[in-house]
Amino acid sequence: MSAALRLVDVTVSYDRHPAVHHVSAEIPAEEMTALVGPNGAGKSTLLKALLGLAPHVEGRIECAARRIAYLPQQAEIDRSFPISVFDTVLLGRWSRFGGYRAAAKSDLDDTRRAIEAVGLAGFERRTIDTLSVGQFQRVLFARLLLQDADLVLLDEPFAAIDSKTVADLMDVIRRWRAERRTIVAVLHDLDQVRRDFPHALLLARALVDSGPTARVLSPENLLKARAMAEAWDGQAAACDVPLRATA
Amino acid sequence: MLYDTLIAPFADFGFMRRALVASLALAVGGSSIGVFLILRRMSLMGDALAHALLPGAALGFMLGGLSLPAMSLGGFLAGMATALASGMIARFTSMREDASFAAAYLTALAAGVLIVSLRGSAVDLMNILFGAILAVDQSALFLVLATATATLAGLAAIYRPLVVECFNPGFLAAMGVRGSLYHYLFLGLAVLNMVAGFQALGTLMALGLILLPAVAASFWAREVWSMTLVAAPIAMASAVIGLLVSFHAGLPSGPVIVLCASLCFLGSLLFGRRASVRVRLAPPVHLRG
Repeated sequence: MSAALRLVDVTVSYDRHPAVHHVSAEIPAEEMTALVGPNGAGKSTLLKALLGLAPHVEGRIECAARRIAYLPQQAEIDRSFPISVFDTVLLGRWSRFGGYRAAAKSDLDDTRRAIEAVGLAGFERRTIDTLSVGQFQRVLFARLLLQDADLVLLDEPFAAIDSKTVADLMDVIRRWRAERRTIVAVLHDLDQVRRDFPHALLLARALVDSGPTARVLSPENLLKARAMAEAWDGQAAACDVPLRATA
Repeated sequence: MLYDTLIAPFADFGFMRRALVASLALAVGGSSIGVFLILRRMSLMGDALAHALLPGAALGFMLGGLSLPAMSLGGFLAGMATALASGMIARFTSMREDASFAAAYLTALAAGVLIVSLRGSAVDLMNILFGAILAVDQSALFLVLATATATLAGLAAIYRPLVVECFNPGFLAAMGVRGSLYHYLFLGLAVLNMVAGFQALGTLMALGLILLPAVAASFWAREVWSMTLVAAPIAMASAVIGLLVSFHAGLPSGPVIVLCASLCFLGSLLFGRRASVRVRLAPPVHLRG
């Protein structure tokens, strides 16, 4: 199996504190991989590093994907902003029209179809501040649909979302996999990971294990991850490895 | 009667005509800047920025006397320096941007008042702090008109990236667009409008015509573009009515214009279409099904 992403000794730090520490792992191409770990384990940070948005990254990230789509945590978006559902979804085609050109008719048609595909037909002219958390997550998935990426990164796609919406959005994710896209999702529901995601990467700032889900999510590994996360909190500032990038 | 009230002041007096044109131009450019200041949750920072023009304008005043180009250039440089410095302090330390803006503006205000008092009289200080729209001359008028033109053209040029930068900066970054560039271009336009406004309304109230109509518009419109379309006429109406009231009642025009905008804000707060007091107090409709 070929790798869509290869991490070689990756360390990511904020304010001289390593959030992801010496991680080496491979993420298989055209497959669904769950990124699992306790809060503060560096999962979101690792996604940001993959996108090239993290401030200090050491080590090497090899990425075969041409186009990457990214679902941020909802807290990172101003949900009171006065913008319509249609315009939000249409942004998925940014790479086609950028900041200045007009959207083509095909982009507008695709936008309408994407909104339908996530079950929000009729919501086009609503502004996003009138949507529930679940409806807004559907909007963001519709935007991902338009991005037509070969690597899709999802940061907690199902946080605070009801089971019907989760089921609908899982269908979207499975369809991406059938279209031979690579999916990496940060998830907390371990039952769902075992059920739907064949591959997993368990992170507690350092890598605990990565590979087939059944092996990675063993009770011993999970216990280890928790112990590591708690231990790290106590000594987060004192890292024995010098950080070249911040020196 | 109607002619005497509404038209005659402008027909008879050149200073009223210039004030009218200047305040209308300020209203058009400034109100759309105001909409973005609100959307970026920077209304108070904008206010701090306007005060921060003072030491620059004061330095210009010290070097060139009551000369508009010197004071405007000084004000613009001081405003941009404050914006950049606060942004950098916020980025390199854990201090939040609003706190660093507040620190910068208090420093600037104190330094500015001190500099003016070193050379000027109390009248000069009053002029800089509160403006004199009835004293707008030809060169000031050109400055205001050029600012309004640059503002509308500039906002049109950066509109889409700026909207996305406000709404979802991470998305823009993931698309490989440098959002901070548009942030600073926008701040540049904002400072430009404050410089233009300070001749008319003074550094303390320059933001009145920029911010109040935009806040009022947020009670009526649902999207960014419609907010700007509502804000501009509110600002223009405040300017015209304010000028007329101050003329007939013999009151200082700057505060009256700003108070007119405040009245529009209060009216919108009470009777607006969205999230207003009226909507909150209306008996809830119990829909069937």
